[in-house]
Amino acid sequence: MNTREKLVALKTIATREILRFSRIWIQTVIPPVITTALYFVIFGNLIGPRIGKMDGFDYMEFIIPGLIMMAVITNSYSNVVSSFYGSKFQRHIEEIIISPTPNYIILLGFICGGVARGLAVGVAVTIVSLIFHPLNIYSLWVMFSMIILTAILFSLAGLINGVFAKSFDDISIIPTFVLTPLTYLGGIFYSINMLPEFWQNMSRANPILYMVNAFRYGFLGVSDISLTTSYVIIIAFIITLYLFSLHLLKKGHEIRT
Amino acid sequence: MQPALTIRDLEKTYQGGHTALKGVSLEVAEGDFFGLLGPNGAGKTTLIGILSSLVNKSGGSVSIFGHDLDTDLASAKACIGLVPQEFNFNMFEPAIEIVANQAGYYGIERQEAFRRAEEYLRHLDLWDKRRVMARTLSGGMKRRLMIARALVNRPKLLILDEPTAGVDIEIRRTMWAFLREINEAGTTIILTTHYLEEAESLCRNIAIIDKGELIENTSTRQLLSTLKMETFVLDLESPLAEVPVLKNHKLQWINEHTLETDICRDDSINTLFTELNEQGIKVLSMRNKTNRLEELFMNLVENANSNRAAS
Repeated sequence: MNTREKLVALKTIATREILRFSRIWIQTVIPPVITTALYFVIFGNLIGPRIGKMDGFDYMEFIIPGLIMMAVITNSYSNVVSSFYGSKFQRHIEEIIISPTPNYIILLGFICGGVARGLAVGVAVTIVSLIFHPLNIYSLWVMFSMIILTAILFSLAGLINGVFAKSFDDISIIPTFVLTPLTYLGGIFYSINMLPEFWQNMSRANPILYMVNAFRYGFLGVSDISLTTSYVIIIAFIITLYLFSLHLLKKGHEIRT
Repeated sequence: MQPALTIRDLEKTYQGGHTALKGVSLEVAEGDFFGLLGPNGAGKTTLIGILSSLVNKSGGSVSIFGHDLDTDLASAKACIGLVPQEFNFNMFEPAIEIVANQAGYYGIERQEAFRRAEEYLRHLDLWDKRRVMARTLSGGMKRRLMIARALVNRPKLLILDEPTAGVDIEIRRTMWAFLREINEAGTTIILTTHYLEEAESLCRNIAIIDKGELIENTSTRQLLSTLKMETFVLDLESPLAEVPVLKNHKLQWINEHTLETDICRDDSINTLFTELNEQGIKVLSMRNKTNRLEELFMNLVENANSNRAAS
């Protein structure tokens, strides 16, 4: 395949992935928006005023970036894991496997789908947040780059989960037992400076902490973690997961016999 | 002329230890309509899986139009169109998108992909169903959809794994006509089927696989010429009370209006009619009882099993 043909193949997979979640937007886009809106009402509006300031900001203002990031993480992950496992389960992954499309194009196509859904939900949640608090943007570039990198990272993680999954149970185990706890403990609702030193150090082992804090920096200009450290860690994770995903596709793990 | 497919010593042993292919070698000429036959579990689908890169081979080599699967996989894949045994498309996508997307995976631009999708969906009588979700199509429509999808990249080698399974006879005959048409237009076709009538009618050359081994590989004509006996069914004008006894032929009672007899290919059928005339029995019509290839196929598989048991 020449470069032009590869781009056509990439566009085809990406378009198919975007159409897939767009067709069922009531199941894919609306629920996370409703859930996050409830967080805004309960934690931001009802409990928030009693908590007071967090890192010098209203509690509602403090949690908005984290909640947007949480929606992006869970949606980019779940889009790719469900799409990839679904294509394995219905065996239509074979349509792509038999074609000359290179593995890295297949991978990029699925990532495009995950990033698109992450962004769609992220934008929808941001619009809903405007009802509760005006939007402050400190650095649009940091905000935008961090949301894209995070969506890429969790799309890759979702694909790896999809490759290994042997049943529909397997695609919900990681989100339930790993992703959700890490997200909640990733500094969405609190600053890690509030924690004892031991738990602060433990929190630093959680990669989601770096994403949430860097993203919050894009809104508020404050972060518990250095911005450079956040970028280095996220990019290192993306490279590692990308190479591992490519290796799995090349081997045909759970795809070829 | 370069062969469309060259297989040398192809082996496949699955993780559980089951050996599906034991050193199969065969060649398919360009433009051929080639039948790959064998009983269930013979290794046909494994072989097709290897050709289409869905199954990793354990040994041997495969070359498609000169492109080796180990060294030039992308070029080999570009030559192939596959109609698998089981439905393997997204049931929640419209038919036209399934076909057009497949073209996209081969690098065909969107506009051209939809043009080709229209061409094949119309040809296979699915155009009216183009916007319908694939899951709502009937079994026969789903099979035709997979054929349209396999053709959209204009493959030089079309592989069909039991394409007419579960399809009614009318649609099956329409599909045969269509397959003949694309073969005549230059596409090499490899067909596996359990309908031996289908193989006899379509294929110029036939290979038979049993328990992972190639037990026959020859032309359909050559294969049929090895058949010694044929069974004929005779429909009679008047009912008979008992089976007539003939000098040179043994008749079998089916019912009072129907008899059956085996005739050696070297013998003339005229003698049978002469003897029936002598007894005043008038035959209204005569037909083959079984498909000729079916008989041969059973003989070959039984012989292969006996040889294995003896060794």
